[in-house]
Amino acid sequence: MTKTINLTLKVWRQKNAGDKGKFETCQARNISTDMSFLEMLDVVNEGLTVDGKEPIAFDHDCREGICGMCGTVVNGRAHGPEKGTTLCQLHMRHFDDGDTIAIEPWRARAFKVLKDLVVDRSALDGIIQAGGYISVNAGGAQDANNLPVPQDKADKAMDAAQCIGCGACVASCPNASAMLFAGAKISHLALLPQGRPEAAKRAWAMVKAMDALGFGNCTNERECEAECPKEISIVNIARMNREYYKAGFFSGEKN
Amino acid sequence: MNWFTDTLGTSIGKKLMMALTGLAFCGFLATHLAGNLTLYVGSEAFLSYAEHLHSLGPLITLAEWSLLTLAIIHVATGLTLFYQNWRSRPVRYSVKKTAGGRTIGSRTMPYTGILLLLFIILHLLNFHFVDKTGTNIWNIVTDTFNSGGYIFIYIIAMIVAAVHVSHGLWSAFQTLGVDHPKYTPFIRGLSIVFSVIIGIGFGFIPIFISISV
Ligand code: HEM
Ligand code: FES
Repeated sequence: MTKTINLTLKVWRQKNAGDKGKFETCQARNISTDMSFLEMLDVVNEGLTVDGKEPIAFDHDCREGICGMCGTVVNGRAHGPEKGTTLCQLHMRHFDDGDTIAIEPWRARAFKVLKDLVVDRSALDGIIQAGGYISVNAGGAQDANNLPVPQDKADKAMDAAQCIGCGACVASCPNASAMLFAGAKISHLALLPQGRPEAAKRAWAMVKAMDALGFGNCTNERECEAECPKEISIVNIARMNREYYKAGFFSGEKN
Repeated sequence: MNWFTDTLGTSIGKKLMMALTGLAFCGFLATHLAGNLTLYVGSEAFLSYAEHLHSLGPLITLAEWSLLTLAIIHVATGLTLFYQNWRSRPVRYSVKKTAGGRTIGSRTMPYTGILLLLFIILHLLNFHFVDKTGTNIWNIVTDTFNSGGYIFIYIIAMIVAAVHVSHGLWSAFQTLGVDHPKYTPFIRGLSIVFSVIIGIGFGFIPIFISISV
């Protein structure tokens, strides 16, 4: 027998980017504890639709924790209370019958709310566009060991590359800073031989872009690494800082 | 702008200035405390320390002006960052909980910083910009700590300093790019130990003076 619970939701409702928005209360009844948080919202939306009301808009795609589309602040925690979990992988068994759940969109100057829980995260794309790539063709697959990559470097690059760009770091940062995101992207490429030639240019351009897009400044509060669904560590922020100092003080890189 | 000011002007550049000036202040606090420990020995030890310090002449003047410059950089940059960070989230969360990253120190950096600034001004008025003719610094210190109000303010200020540094010291290393699983736990521990030493070492001076003199 699956267990079912009843919940009270306090959801942020906002018609469009220009609307002021407000919290609305609605009931989520007979929610199976096997459902994910998004499936719970689907059930609520079906009810709203039947009642002739506007369903709650929220972002999602893969629903298996890999695409980075989903994400809201649930009871004050980005992607909800579980560690290392995206909202789509958060299951309702972590809630109790009768709970009241506050659901809000990511809040940051750089992320505009488009509708209800949907925010525009293209500012993160802006950081990538500034330099989060290598600008030569990688070509066909090379013979193994043509470009030696030490295992620990490969592991660290892979840890950084786990970032799915969901924006939880920005949402949970007390300063709405994107440094964990930028740190992960800069680290991922700086650790690999293909990324080295443009490391200085990249660090410089991506940090500049991040500032221009209206993100806050890191104060090492460590909330981002605690909330990151991929548990990306702030050692990546330290590495970005080092790459930035190298670019600014020791490279021939001209802004 | 040239490469130097450009590099210091970004978010990470500003953080670098905070870290370097903050670390310099931590060094200052350590030496200041070492000197002030002579207060626990008595008037002679303290006065001879003060005399030695002032016999350094131009070096002391250089140190004072350097500290003032560092303070202006630290305070101006700190307040700029505080303002920018406050602006970076125009609509606040109605419910916000920590995921366990923040500490009392990290939460309160700008506030403890501003309190420290006020305290430093008061402190300089008490012991630096005073008329020292016909008296000596030991008497000025003991007179000040005759007042319950000053004892209270100084103890609170030292707790505030300890809280600021408990995050600041570790944070400065992280900002400088020093973060590694091998030694970061040590640096974090060191920050706590250092802040406790600062808090207790300075904080007991007013109590000690008021009891013993
Ligand atoms: C005089 C008034 C002061 C103000 C207004 C102030 C303000 C601040 C602020 C706002 C920060 C956070 C900056 C950031 O995280 O980016 C900070 C960091 C710091 N402060 Fe202060 N502070 C003051 C005095 C001091 C003193 C006396 C010390 C010496 C112990 C100190 C040591 C530090 C350190 C080590 C940091 C860390 C820098 C970093 O995170 O990179 N501050 N201060
Ligand atoms: S919907 Fe793809 S990560 Fe959640």
